[in-house]
Amino acid sequence: MKPYNPEQISRHMSRLLNWILLLACLTAGQLPALYAAESDTPLHAAAELFKSKKFDQKYQAIQLLASDGSEQARAILVALMDSRLYTLKRDQRLIMLGRRSGSPDAVDAITGESVGNVARGAMNKITLNNRMRSQIRNALAMLDLRNPDKTKRLAAVNQLLDRPDAASAALIQSLLEQESDGQIREAMEIVIALGKLSSGDKTERLAAVELLDGNIHPAVRNGLLKLQQSTSDEAFAAEIKQVLDNIKATLQLYSLVENIFFGLSLGSVLVLAAIGLAITFGVMGVINMAHGELIMLGAYATYVMQLLMPEHIGAALLLSIPVAFVISGLVGIGIERGVIRFLYGRSLETLLATFGISLILQQTVRSIFSPLNRSVEAPSWMSGSWEINSALSLTLNRLYIIAFCLLVFAALFLVLKKTSLGLQVRAVSQNRAMARAMGVRSEWVDAMTFGLGSGIAGVAGVALSQLTNVGPNLGQSYIIDSFMVVVFGGVGNLWGTLVSGMGLGIANKFLEPWSGAVLAKILVLVFIILFIQKRPRGLFPQKGRAAEG
Amino acid sequence: MKTSYLKSSLVSMAIALAGMSGAQAAETIKVGILHSLSGTMAISETTLKDTMLMLIDEQNKKGGLLGMQLEPVVVDPASNWPLFAEKARELLSQEKVAAIFGNWTSVSRKSVLPVVEELNGLLFYPVQYEGEESSKNVFYTGAAPNQQAIPAVDYLMNDIGVKRWVLAGTDYVYPRTTNKILEAYLKAKGVADKDIMINYTPFGHSDWQSIVSEIKKFGSTGVKTAVVSTINGDANVPFYKELGNQGLSAEDIPVVAFSVGEEELSGIDTKPLVGHLAAWNYFMSVDAEANSGFIDAWKSFIKNDKRVTNDPMEAHYIGFNMWVKAVEKAGTTDSDAVQQAIIGVSVPNLTGGYSAMLPNHHVTKPVLIGEIQENGQFEVVWQTSGLVAGDAWSDFLPGSKDIIADWRAPLACGNYNVKTAKCSGQNYE
Amino acid sequence: MGLLNLLKQDRGGQLFLGLLALAAVLVPLLNLLPPEGHALHLSTYTVTLLGKYLAFALLAIAVDLAWGYLGILSLGHGAFFALGGYAMGMYLMRQIGDRGVYGDPLLPDFMVFLNWDALPWFWYGFDMFWFAALMVMLAPGLLAFLFGWLAFRSRVTGVYLSIMTQALTYALMLAFFRNEMGFGGNNGLTDFKELLGFDLQADSTRIGLFVVTALMLALGYIVCRAIVQSRLGRVAVAIRDAEDRARFVGYRVEHVKLAIFTFSAVLAGIAGALYVPQVGIINPGEFSPLNSIEIVIWVAVGGRGTLYGAAAGALMVNYGKTYLTGALPEVWLFALGALFVLVTILLPRGLIGLMKTRSKKGGAAA
Repeated sequence: MKPYNPEQISRHMSRLLNWILLLACLTAGQLPALYAAESDTPLHAAAELFKSKKFDQKYQAIQLLASDGSEQARAILVALMDSRLYTLKRDQRLIMLGRRSGSPDAVDAITGESVGNVARGAMNKITLNNRMRSQIRNALAMLDLRNPDKTKRLAAVNQLLDRPDAASAALIQSLLEQESDGQIREAMEIVIALGKLSSGDKTERLAAVELLDGNIHPAVRNGLLKLQQSTSDEAFAAEIKQVLDNIKATLQLYSLVENIFFGLSLGSVLVLAAIGLAITFGVMGVINMAHGELIMLGAYATYVMQLLMPEHIGAALLLSIPVAFVISGLVGIGIERGVIRFLYGRSLETLLATFGISLILQQTVRSIFSPLNRSVEAPSWMSGSWEINSALSLTLNRLYIIAFCLLVFAALFLVLKKTSLGLQVRAVSQNRAMARAMGVRSEWVDAMTFGLGSGIAGVAGVALSQLTNVGPNLGQSYIIDSFMVVVFGGVGNLWGTLVSGMGLGIANKFLEPWSGAVLAKILVLVFIILFIQKRPRGLFPQKGRAAEG
Repeated sequence: MKTSYLKSSLVSMAIALAGMSGAQAAETIKVGILHSLSGTMAISETTLKDTMLMLIDEQNKKGGLLGMQLEPVVVDPASNWPLFAEKARELLSQEKVAAIFGNWTSVSRKSVLPVVEELNGLLFYPVQYEGEESSKNVFYTGAAPNQQAIPAVDYLMNDIGVKRWVLAGTDYVYPRTTNKILEAYLKAKGVADKDIMINYTPFGHSDWQSIVSEIKKFGSTGVKTAVVSTINGDANVPFYKELGNQGLSAEDIPVVAFSVGEEELSGIDTKPLVGHLAAWNYFMSVDAEANSGFIDAWKSFIKNDKRVTNDPMEAHYIGFNMWVKAVEKAGTTDSDAVQQAIIGVSVPNLTGGYSAMLPNHHVTKPVLIGEIQENGQFEVVWQTSGLVAGDAWSDFLPGSKDIIADWRAPLACGNYNVKTAKCSGQNYE
Repeated sequence: MGLLNLLKQDRGGQLFLGLLALAAVLVPLLNLLPPEGHALHLSTYTVTLLGKYLAFALLAIAVDLAWGYLGILSLGHGAFFALGGYAMGMYLMRQIGDRGVYGDPLLPDFMVFLNWDALPWFWYGFDMFWFAALMVMLAPGLLAFLFGWLAFRSRVTGVYLSIMTQALTYALMLAFFRNEMGFGGNNGLTDFKELLGFDLQADSTRIGLFVVTALMLALGYIVCRAIVQSRLGRVAVAIRDAEDRARFVGYRVEHVKLAIFTFSAVLAGIAGALYVPQVGIINPGEFSPLNSIEIVIWVAVGGRGTLYGAAAGALMVNYGKTYLTGALPEVWLFALGALFVLVTILLPRGLIGLMKTRSKKGGAAA
C-alpha cells in the first residue's frame, strides 16, 4: 500500500469537486452545449463562464480555477485580480494583458500564446466585484499554502485566518505536518484551533481555548464569544470568560496606545501648520492671515511636482519639500516687501492686508488650477500601515508625518539658535533699535524671517497633501487652528508651539470618542478661549520687556 | 468739441444697445441658471452651469423653442445661501426668466423656495436630496431617498449579505434624513439596534483616524459589515485615504456612497478606493447610445477630452428636455400652463430608457450600483430591474408616512395628509 | 434741541442722516407711484436689496464704535449679528404655526422630520414678539458681556483679543452647524410667513421693513454719536490711544470697555434681526469668521472713527459685491482682496479720510 499522501488526496478531491460543479451547472441549464464538445479542462469551462455578464457564473468560474490549482489557473486568477483579464470582442477569447499598463503583449489566457497588440475598443474587461475579489484572495491563499516561499505561506495562513472557513481549516490541518517553519506552524495551529472551537469534541475544545489564550486576533475573540454563548457547561463558560477578559484587557491597553498615536498624529499636523506662524507671528508680531494660503501653495507644489515626474511619485514628493519651501518662501518675502513692511507697528492692520492677500492667492490658484480638488498620489512606501499585532497597527503616512514634524521642528530650532541669521532674528525681535545700532540690517532680517516662516508653511503643505484635499480652500481650514496653537503655546516660544500642538491633538482625540468630533473641537476651542483669559500670554509666556507691546 | 462727440457717440451706442436688448427680449425665451460659480460649492456647480449652457446651445441649434431662441441668464450666488434667494428674485422679477435650473445644496433650495413660490416660477433641481418636500413650483429631477439609499441597502443586504451597518454622514439635513429613513428601514427588516452605528462629522472633516478605527472595531465581529456613507464632498478624500491606510479594504467592509460621483473621483487618487461602491441613477460608464452621444457632445462643448459626466448632469438633461417638451405641449412658457403640461411628460434618459415626470414633481429613474475602478469610473454591479418612482414623502418616517403629494386637480397639493384629509404647507387655507 | 446740539459739529452726520431720510421717503414712493416698466420705477427686488444694505450699515456702525473709538478690533461681530438674526428667525418660525409642510402646530418642520417630539425649552417664548425682540438684544448682549468681562479683566488686548473673538465666532459656527443644537443645523431657519401679522411676501411689508431699517439705522447712528460725544466716549478714545495711561489716571478701563463692547454687540444683534426677515433665511454660515472679517473691511474702506464712514463703506462694498458677483464673478475675490490691501496701506483712514484731507487742501488753496 502506498503511504498516505495528503496532496494526492486533495487533488482527487478537487477533481471530484469539479465534476460536482460541472453537474450543477449542467442541471441548471446555464452552460452552452459548446462546453461538452470543446473543452476538456476546467480552464475552458471557466473561460466559458467568464463570458457571461452574470456574477453568479463568474463565482463558479473562480471556483473552477481554484480547484484546478494549475500554474495557468493561478495566473488567470492573478490577472483577474489586477483587472488584466479581458475577452476579445471578435471571438470571445479570454485574454490576459501584460502587467505593465499600456504594454501590448496580450496572451491567450488558456494556451498562453501571444495575441499581439489589442486595441482598447476591441476587448471587454471582465468586471469584478467585491465578492469575487475576496473569493480570489482566498483561492490564491489556498494555493499559496504550498508555496516554497516562507513569507508567502505565512501571508496565506494569515489571509485564511481573517476569513476562516471549514475548507481552509481542513487544508491547513493536512499541511501542518509538512510545515517546517515555527512561525507559520504557530499561525496554522491557531487556524486549526479556531476550527476546533466550533467542531471539536469537549477535550479538543478545551485544548483549543487554552491554546488561544492571550491571542488578540478578532477571529479568535469572535470564535470564543460564539462558543461562550452556545456552551451549556458552566465551568467551561467561566474558563472562556476568563480568556475573553484577558483579551479585553489587552485590547484596552492597545486602544489607549492607539489613541495616543492618533492624538500625536493630529498634533503633529497642527504643529506643522502652526510652526511657520510661530515665527511670523510669534517672533515678528505679524498677523499673517495668508499663512493658510502659503500652506496651500506648498500642497500645490507637490501636485505640480508629481505632474512633472509621473513615474517617480515618491521622489517627486521628496523633491517637493525643498521646492515648496522655496516657492512659499519667495511668495512670503514678496508679501513682506510689498505689503507688510509698510505696516510695522500696526499689527491689526497687517491682519486685514494679509487677509486680502489670502483672498487673492486663493482666487489665483482657482484660476490656474480650476476650483476642483487636485489629486496627489501617495507613494507606496507611505500607504498602508505598520502592523504591530492584530489589534494595533499604525498607519505609515501618519508615522512619517510625525517624524517629519519633529524633523522640521528640530531644523527650525537649530536655525534660530545656532546660525547667525537666527541670532539676528532674535536680536531684532527683542530690540529692533538696539539691533540696528549693532549693525544688523533689520530690513533684511525681517524679509528673511518672514521668508523662513512662509517656507516652513509651504513644507507643511507638502505633508498635508498626503492627508487631505489639495484645493483652493485647503488653507482656510487650518488658519484658525494654527493661530489657536500659537496663542495657546505662548507667542514667541517654539517649544510652546510644539507642546500646545501635541497637547491639543491628544486632548481632541481623547474627547472625540466620548463627545463626537464636532463637540470635541468646540470644547477645545472654548477651553482655549477660557485659558487665554486666565493666562493671556499662553502656556509658556515670553518674559521681559519684549513681551509687552 | 471732442468731449461732446464722445458723449453723443456714447449715447447713440447706449440707444443701440437698449434697442438690441429690447428686440432680443421680444424674440427669445430666457432661461435662468442659478449655480454657484465661486465659493465652496463652485467645485460642483460650475459643471452644471456649463451643462445647461450646452443643452440650451443644442436646443437653439435645433431651432429653439416655439420658434424663438433660448437665452441663458447666468448669475452667481457665490455659495452664499441668502444670496441664492436674492438672485432667484432677480432672475424671476427682473430678468423674467421662463424657468430656473439650479441649486445644489439643500439649504440653497430651501432659501430659494419661498421666492419661487411667491413669484410662481419654475425651478428644476438636479441633485439627489433628502425628500420631504414637494412644491408646486419645483421639479426634483435628482434622486429621492427611495431612488438611491433604499435600493443600495437592499443590494448590500440581499446580494452581499451585510448584517451590521455603519451609517456615516456629514452633519446636515440630507444625511440626517437619509439615515433616519435607513435606520427605520433596517429596523423594519429586523436589524437590531446594536448592529447599527450612526456617526456624524462636520463639513470638511479631515481627521478620520478615530472614526475609521471605530468602524474597524465595529466590523471585526465576524459578521459582514458595510458603511453607508452620506459624507459630503471634501471630507471624502481623507476618509477613503484613512480607510485604505488602516487596511480596511472594500472586501472586508465595503463603503457605499451617495455623494461620490465621477467628478469627485477625478480629484482623488482612486487606488485605495477600488471596489467601494456608489449608488446613482446614472454612471458615465453606462453603455447606451444616448449616453455616448451626450459624452461626446460634452467633451467637445467643454473642449476638454478628460472631463467626465455625472449624475446631476443627467438630471439637468432630463429636466431640461422635460421642460422643453412641456412648453411645446402647452404652446406657451406660462408657468401655470407648463406646470399642468409637464406631469406625465416622458423623455429619454441617458441609461437607455425613459424617465417620466410624476404628479408629485419627482421623476422615475433606474437605480444603479457601481464599484469604483482604478480609472476613476464606476463598473455597474447591480441595477434595479425597472424604473423606480421618486417618493416625495418617505414611508419610513413617522412624520411623513401619511403624507402624499399630487399636483393634479382636484387634489393639487404637495403635502396632503391622508389621515386628517388636510393640505398643509404651500396651499394652506 | 439735544439732537441738534449733538449734530452741530457733525457735518458728515448731518449729510448722512439727510440722505437717509431722503431715501426713506423716496424709495417707497418710487416703488409705489411710477408704473412698472417706467424708467423711474424702483422694483421691490431693489427695495429689499437696499434694505439689506442698510442692515449691514447698522452692523458696520456697531463695529466702528468698538474699533474706531475703543480700539477693539472685533473679528466676532458676525456672531452677534447672527445671534440677533437667530432670535428673530425663531420668532418667525413660531409664527408659521401649523402652516408648515407637516402641519404641526407647535414644532417647526425641521424638528418634525428629525423626529423631535417636543419643543426644546429655549424655543419657548419666541411665539411672542416682545420676547423675541428682547432676546434679539439680550442674546448677543449677554455673550458680549460675558466674553468682555473675562477678557478685559485679565487684560487680553490687541491682537490676542481679535484672535479670541475669531475663535468665539468659529466655535459658535461649529455649534450651530450641529443638528442636535435645535437650530435647524446647516439649513438654518427659513420659509418664514409673516411678521407681526404682516405677510412677508407682500410688497408693502417689504417697503415697511425698508423704512423701519432706515429708521433704526438713523437711531443707531444718533445713539452712537451721543455716546462718543459723551464723557464715556471721550474716555473710550483715551483708552484707545493709551490704555495704561487712562488706567493710571484712575479710569475704570474695564468698565468702559465692557459697556461699549456690549452695546456694540446689541446693536449688531438688532442689525441681524432686521436683516433676517428681508433675506428670508438665517443659517450658521453667518457665523463664519470670513464674514466678520468682511464687516471690518467695510469699516476700513469707509473710514473708521467717523461712524457715517463705516455706514458708507458698508453700502459701497456691498453694492460692489452685488454688481461684481453678477457681472464678473471671477474678478470679485481679486477685487475684494486688492481692496483690503490697498485700503490698509494707502488709506488708513478710509475714503472719508481721503475726502476730508482733499477738502481741507482745497480750502487752504482757496
